[in-house]
Amino acid sequence: MLRLVWLFIHLLAKIWYFVLTTIHTLNSYLISSGLLNKYTALDLTKLQHLAIVIESQEAYDIVRVIKLLCWLSDIGVKHICLYDMDGVLKKSKKIILEEMGSRLWHLEGDKMDLCLDPNQMTLEFISISDGKEGIAKAASFLCKRYLDVSASEEQDKTTFTEENMGKALEAVGLGGPQPNLLLVYGPVRCHLGFPAWRMRYTEIVHMGPLKSMKHGAIIKAIHKFAMVHQNYGT
Amino acid sequence: MLAEGPIPVHIAFIMDGNRRFARKQNLKEGAGHKVGFFALLAVLKYCNELGVKFLTAYAFSIDNFKRRPEEVQYVMSLLEEKANEILNEEHILYQYGVRVRFIGNLKLLNEPTRIAAEKAMEATAKNDKIVLSICVAYSSTDEIVHAVQEVCNDKRSNIQTLALAADNTTNEIYVDAREGIDRDSTIKLADVERHMYLAGIPDPDILVRTSGETRLSNFLLWQTTHCFLHSPSVLWPSFTLWTLIWIILDYQRAQSYLDKKKKLI
Repeated sequence: MLRLVWLFIHLLAKIWYFVLTTIHTLNSYLISSGLLNKYTALDLTKLQHLAIVIESQEAYDIVRVIKLLCWLSDIGVKHICLYDMDGVLKKSKKIILEEMGSRLWHLEGDKMDLCLDPNQMTLEFISISDGKEGIAKAASFLCKRYLDVSASEEQDKTTFTEENMGKALEAVGLGGPQPNLLLVYGPVRCHLGFPAWRMRYTEIVHMGPLKSMKHGAIIKAIHKFAMVHQNYGT
Repeated sequence: MLAEGPIPVHIAFIMDGNRRFARKQNLKEGAGHKVGFFALLAVLKYCNELGVKFLTAYAFSIDNFKRRPEEVQYVMSLLEEKANEILNEEHILYQYGVRVRFIGNLKLLNEPTRIAAEKAMEATAKNDKIVLSICVAYSSTDEIVHAVQEVCNDKRSNIQTLALAADNTTNEIYVDAREGIDRDSTIKLADVERHMYLAGIPDPDILVRTSGETRLSNFLLWQTTHCFLHSPSVLWPSFTLWTLIWIILDYQRAQSYLDKKKKLI
């Protein structure tokens, strides 16, 4: 009996979300059409870096990924970090870069600050190996220097700081800016292992599955982001 | 009825909205935190009834030390007061079998608060029904740096032990120990994980941040790879059982996907 009630409640929840999704879809089309005034002028000043997390199975749909990037480029987003857990996007890097063509520079890791033209779009590709494993690599780098110094100077234990860790991550090629906004394309709102060090104050928004991505939904997410005020803990 | 579906083992909360609640209700500054504390007790009760085993709450971040000194002092005093109340065995936590842990860089707390926290942890250490981890003076980046520091300190100690042993025997062992430094400085992921503040506790299944804010603010960034993130718009002191039920229902809809992802790692 309880099981039936549980199933019924879940059915109601499913219907509720179906209605909500339909409303959001209609809203997205209205936004894209330019009929809603409040979305016509988009303020991108706060959006220095955007991250996109895509569920790996959905990331195989390269055509959609490229379409998404083109939308973002047309909106005026300049610096994008693409992440999926299994590295599907990394493997498709060549195709994506070819298709994006002259719109962008492709940069990775320590070459990020070589992009001298602020109007060119940059794309970064990362996966789970750049997350926790990346921290372990940076930790090994710190540890080696620490042990070398300790062995030669007999000094008291050095205390690591967050600045040390940040520099170590850069040294092993895993530095990179903190995205201001992270859009998740997948079935669930979950960051799927995006590098922890780069996500401290990142706004995380769930966009739904990649196959139902909407241009209007991106505009809405960026517009909402522009209105957020962060106090950084103060 | 909810138990007909999967119940999360571990739920984490960012208890956001205490100050906004106080302003909305025209309360004295700081009163919002007190109401927030009662909300935490209520959530603890609901989680206990639902069978949730681990509950983690973000009470005070390292960034929060930048707030006005009066507010910081108020929160520290509140923490100290509540930690001391836990020493009374008739406290409701014993009835629920709650083991309390204070997680974070406790050296940053003032001495009375730190001592009260340590005593509360000791007093509830034998309780085993539900583990309540209260994160104070915490941030994920600090947690990671601390873990890396501990791993390096361990390695340094090992090398010093080897070197000492070598001094008492032959030179060859000492040379081997020094040559071993290169190999020995490699840190594995498991080494770091073992030294995280939340080691020994399963990763959270759900992370709830109240007040509708969508960022994690340096909380459990390491532990939330497969975690369902929820941002209800309700302010923390107004968090109700219905909000919790809705969140768990949502989690149950997502659970099979998240489980599949966990098994693939």
